[in-house]
Amino acid sequence: MKRSQQPVDALEHGAVPWLLAGALATAGPHASHLPAWLSLLVAGAMIWRAGLWWQHRPLPARWLLGLLVIGGVAAIAWQFHSLLGKDAGVAMLVLLMALKPLEMRSRRDAQVIVMLGFFLLLTHYFYSQSIPTGLWLLAAMTLLTGALIRLHGGAQPVTTIARQAALLLLQALPFLLILYLLFPRVSGPLWGLPQDAYSGLSGLSEQMSPGSISNLIQSGAIALRSRFAGEVPEKADLYWRGPVFDAYDGSTWRAAAAQRAGPAPVIEARGPLQAYTNLVEAHNQRWLLALDVPTSLPPDSSLAPTLEALAREPLRVRARFSLVSALDYRANRVEAAATLTQALSLPAQLNPRARALAGEWRSRTPEKIAEAALAMFRTEDFHYTLRPPLLGRDAVDEFLFTSRRGFCEHYASAFVFLMRAAGVPARVVAGYQGGEVNPVDGYLTVRQSDAHAWAEIWLAGEGWVRIDPTAAVAPSRIEQGIAAALPEGEPLPAIIRLDADWLRQLRNRWEAANNSWNQWVLGYNPQRQREVLSRLGWRDPDWQSMTATLAALCGLALLIVTLWTLPRRRPADPVQRAWQKYCAQLAQRGVRRAEWEGPLDFAQRVARERPDLAALTSEAAGYYAELRYGRSGEGQLRLLQGCVRRLPPSRRRRI
Amino acid sequence: MPPTSRHSPVAEILAAADAVILGKSTQTRLALCCLLAKGHLLIEDLPGVGKTTLAHTLARLLGFEFARVQFTSDMLPADILGVSIFDRERGDFRFLPGPVFSQVLLADEINRATPKTQSALLEAMEEGQVTTEGETRPLPKPFFVIATQNPSSQIGTFPLPESQLDRFLLRIELGYPDHDAERLLLESGGRRAQLPTLAALLGASEFAALQQAAAAVHASPALLDYLQRLVEATRQDARFVHGLSPRAALSLLAAARAWAFSGGRQLVLPEDVQAVLPAVARHRLRLLSGSHADAEDIAALIRSLPLA
Repeated sequence: MKRSQQPVDALEHGAVPWLLAGALATAGPHASHLPAWLSLLVAGAMIWRAGLWWQHRPLPARWLLGLLVIGGVAAIAWQFHSLLGKDAGVAMLVLLMALKPLEMRSRRDAQVIVMLGFFLLLTHYFYSQSIPTGLWLLAAMTLLTGALIRLHGGAQPVTTIARQAALLLLQALPFLLILYLLFPRVSGPLWGLPQDAYSGLSGLSEQMSPGSISNLIQSGAIALRSRFAGEVPEKADLYWRGPVFDAYDGSTWRAAAAQRAGPAPVIEARGPLQAYTNLVEAHNQRWLLALDVPTSLPPDSSLAPTLEALAREPLRVRARFSLVSALDYRANRVEAAATLTQALSLPAQLNPRARALAGEWRSRTPEKIAEAALAMFRTEDFHYTLRPPLLGRDAVDEFLFTSRRGFCEHYASAFVFLMRAAGVPARVVAGYQGGEVNPVDGYLTVRQSDAHAWAEIWLAGEGWVRIDPTAAVAPSRIEQGIAAALPEGEPLPAIIRLDADWLRQLRNRWEAANNSWNQWVLGYNPQRQREVLSRLGWRDPDWQSMTATLAALCGLALLIVTLWTLPRRRPADPVQRAWQKYCAQLAQRGVRRAEWEGPLDFAQRVARERPDLAALTSEAAGYYAELRYGRSGEGQLRLLQGCVRRLPPSRRRRI
Repeated sequence: MPPTSRHSPVAEILAAADAVILGKSTQTRLALCCLLAKGHLLIEDLPGVGKTTLAHTLARLLGFEFARVQFTSDMLPADILGVSIFDRERGDFRFLPGPVFSQVLLADEINRATPKTQSALLEAMEEGQVTTEGETRPLPKPFFVIATQNPSSQIGTFPLPESQLDRFLLRIELGYPDHDAERLLLESGGRRAQLPTLAALLGASEFAALQQAAAAVHASPALLDYLQRLVEATRQDARFVHGLSPRAALSLLAAARAWAFSGGRQLVLPEDVQAVLPAVARHRLRLLSGSHADAEDIAALIRSLPLA
């Protein structure tokens, strides 16, 4: 007999588009962070392969592919100085994914592509873990599953394949849920990220100079989200405390070195307490951004002498904190002498006019001094703007007497300077002010554009009292938010100034969805898992019992799925069972009955392929045909069952 | 699957037909089954592969009177049905029956005729009678039409519409003979010369008895279940514009019974349904692309449906 030139499991022509689409869906999105030459190579290889498919042309020679692989690997090694690591590794996988279709001849090659695709899917999470990425990868996974179905199931309409693939993935859903609930979690992100991964995080910084907050305002990014146990307090009461600055060098405010060493603060709440949960975006600093001022802190955090709630480590991933704050309070009615001295220190010689002005107020009480300063901001010609003029050496003087245009950091800075010059202990506090309730999920959203700086003065008998000089200039900043306070034409990010209602609503929905995703998917850490389990009635599970339950539930789900599909495979009818038993026995002897194959056809095929079993199979098929398709077939069931026993023992193949 | 009983009349007829038409035993058997199931037969293939010979052979072996009409594009209905002419001697009109008044009508190249002529014949096939000039005349019994047609992609053809294709129980293709059969053909000369020498193996009443016996072949609930699932699968299959009609399902069962009977069995097996399915379904199923289903589509359909 002539041997066919085609390999036994030659790839069907019609399966190729599925595989190319799968390769494109998994390798394509990597183009956003791969070097351009590699993306071009991928595109070129795909177009080449698609062209060959379209014209029914043979695949390129192996030596050519070999050259391409060697060249590609060399280029990657040159570009990344390595073949290992995240970027180089992904680049290698993408290169292989692009070139493998060019030698895709057999079904086995195609299988490799699908498996490579499944692996490549995972690598996308190195770069993004957002909802769109998740959805895209789900779609790509369906596509790859469809490619597998097309590969083994033959030509079918696209809708049939899509339905089957979706059904297959749907069957994985119970396992996904069980694993999600019970698979022991590790703290932190699932894989380590390189050290430079945090450099791009934005937020308040450890010092404040003119312009530092107005730059931050340009970002519509979310700084934190908060959910209150009760009503959301008035916007004007929402001061999210960040760093406290009490050292001034004439241009920049910093935290004094001794600041964090003082005695623990003493806080008396004077009104109702607010319980809330903060979901703070990573900002690479230790501030928890608690509401002024916290009375109860989450574990692993502390309250600094300057009333800032601090975590033990910088926040490098999004984190959740449960807090309680008193919005009406007295803090540190007795203050350490060193702190007060620091709160009065000023750089020598700078800003003589401001000093002179403050000198006139020295004889008054501290309350009157503060009022005089605020009255000056309120009644004289001061403006609130994001684009203040540049200030020179005597910055406070220039601001107070010449330019009179500034942003919150200018007002806070000038106010504290005046207070200190008049002999009232004062300091600058930076943080966020206000926020906006997202009606979709009820979370209060605080953005970088809500960044703010205000002042605190210390009054004997009262402790530290917050005074917001910006409120004197632009009350609407505190009551309505930054967008209302700034005149038209100031450069604000569009996301804050959404005028159209539907756009605002769309943004709210999107952010609420993202919030759930962050909390329930990305932020699903051991602590969160514990919370969920205890809400389900299982308190304090240890990892052994969790693993055991996990295995038991997965087994149960598997059993249910099996039982669900089993009736189609094992009929209750004894005739069917006997015949299928006989066929199963023959399958062990190398002749497998196709599911659609009738008894006599099968007997004839057996006669061709295993002449030694022909007579018995023909007899069994006759009984079965009579039993199932004849009028009665009485007594033949035993004969059919007898045929199973009469089969000669199967010879084991030698391995 | 060869017939199991060599001595039944059906086996004899098939053996005799195979001696004339070389290497086409499946098609010959399908053609005979079509007649056993009281259906009309459509043979579609290129000119010169033996369509006419097959029709002629079957008619002779079954002892039927046989008429042949070569369809052309200028043919009128009267050319088939017959005309009334004035008889001077009797002073009255006299009906001259057309070729349709025969037991087996071989309608050669039916798709070369205009739709009007085609439908005249197809009406006769459906009703078993002919109405001309206000008078209804019954056709002889049995009455079979064996129509041949060229692939409709050839020029000068009027493809039969869907509804008329449905009147043919089976549609078969002959295809080229294989190497050995063709060599035998070349060595022995054309087969047409043998036709006049063929003797009838049956009388008319005997064939009617065979038809009755074929219709009585047992179809078990399990088999009907399989057949129904098969028909339903054609209706759900997204490849086809629409599935098989209930009439087509009846045709499928009748053809499967005849196939089982011609195999010497008194019960219908799934194999029988599978064997006749291409001939029953291919001309009734239209693909979304507009063409009729091909053999591979039907095979895929069968493979997609496990026997319960």
